[in-house]
Amino acid sequence: MNPVYIARSTAVAARSLDGEMMIMSAKDSTLFTLNPVGTVIWQSADGQTPLAEIVEQKICAQFEVDPADAARDAESFVSDLAGHGILLISGEPITPAKLLNGGPR
Amino acid sequence: MSLMEEIGQRALNRDVPLSVHLDVTYRCNERCVHCYLDHNDHGEMTTQEICGVLDQLADAGVFFLTFSGGEVFMRRDFLDLVEYARSLMFSVKVKTNAFMIKEKEAQRLDDLAVQDVQVSIYSHRPEVHDAITLLPGSLKRSLAGIRLLRSHGVKVIIANVLMMRNLNDYAGVKNLANELGAEFTNDPTITPMMDGNRSVLQLGLGVPQLHDTFRKSDLVGDVDEFCAPPPPVNDGALESYPCSAGHTLCYISPYGDVFPCVQFPLPSGNVRQQKFIDIWRYSDQLNEVRSITLRDLSVCSGCGHAGTCTRCPGLAYLEGNMRGPSTQDCEKSFARTGIPSANMHTKMYYPALHSSTPHGLVQIAV
Repeated sequence: MNPVYIARSTAVAARSLDGEMMIMSAKDSTLFTLNPVGTVIWQSADGQTPLAEIVEQKICAQFEVDPADAARDAESFVSDLAGHGILLISGEPITPAKLLNGGPR
Repeated sequence: MSLMEEIGQRALNRDVPLSVHLDVTYRCNERCVHCYLDHNDHGEMTTQEICGVLDQLADAGVFFLTFSGGEVFMRRDFLDLVEYARSLMFSVKVKTNAFMIKEKEAQRLDDLAVQDVQVSIYSHRPEVHDAITLLPGSLKRSLAGIRLLRSHGVKVIIANVLMMRNLNDYAGVKNLANELGAEFTNDPTITPMMDGNRSVLQLGLGVPQLHDTFRKSDLVGDVDEFCAPPPPVNDGALESYPCSAGHTLCYISPYGDVFPCVQFPLPSGNVRQQKFIDIWRYSDQLNEVRSITLRDLSVCSGCGHAGTCTRCPGLAYLEGNMRGPSTQDCEKSFARTGIPSANMHTKMYYPALHSSTPHGLVQIAV
């Protein structure tokens, strides 16, 4: 299976409140909050670390979760965030330049 | 409870300053007749100082950051400040008169993904708008700036301050906002000068004009609901805080002074002398503001409007007592409902509801 890379959009505002992430889309001012698992994924979305590695090394290490379930949930989660334009998904590592040019608004 | 209310409550429970209003300058190219600021520069924070403050605000958990002034573009480094703020992932709002926004500024504000840009437009007629800003050509230039922002997809909010001299122009401004694809908001509040001078208040609407304004459905929505008599005040309301000033938001001046709110100039510390988080947590003044519930308000706690009044503690402070009434808000409650406030009874102050009624002879509904 090809690796999936994820990067935070530069067109969002984000801040951790009480261990959970608040994210606001600049595109339409929609506000999201992420649960602790989603927050870990978001904070790990550096464009360089494959999603599978994030799940294995961060999610499965910090939360009691079945690895297969975690991987499936994580894919669904990042797909959902990408649909709202607040996360970028790619089959290749995502560089800052690529984020600026191709990041969703 | 909406997600926004839920976040506000969580921030309140954790003493997190969710929102900060930062004026980067008091200098301005306009001289609005109702402005409460001294436009001379008494030692603004440098770029480096402001970036240092922004680092501290991010560490403190601030999410919503409003850059305002004065006119923000009087600072040549303003867009660099916005860029730095966005690199720290703040949700950035900008208040400007848009006079100095050209293609480059509009493009960069879009690239930086600011949440919105608010521009004050007083009238759709140049002779009225420019007579308020005292800057000839200002309406034309501000509208040009708004058009550029909109052409880049930047969300624009046109704010219309209602005063006696532009009272009849709000509909024209609202139409203008529609044409430009901008949102529209208006407010009849005039703020006294920060030094306490209240002379600018005479520019604001009188009670009869407020009464009429509050009965326009295109401004207030459901008039019957908006102007309905207040429901009985319950214990829950009496235990509530007057507003979020000092609780989840504060204001920082161009000189680093920290206040509970831009409209509440109670000196609470200075970020040039102390860390922001120490001011936020330990300032005696902010902690005093936080200790005040509606029940503690000497006059207002016994007022029938207490649960629904827009009482601003900052305006009360500017009137002399942060635990006292804000007469401007008493007048609004009275204009909405026809029912005098407790403050009005105390002072035997009963303004006329209608401009045709001789002052002091209004029929009082109690």
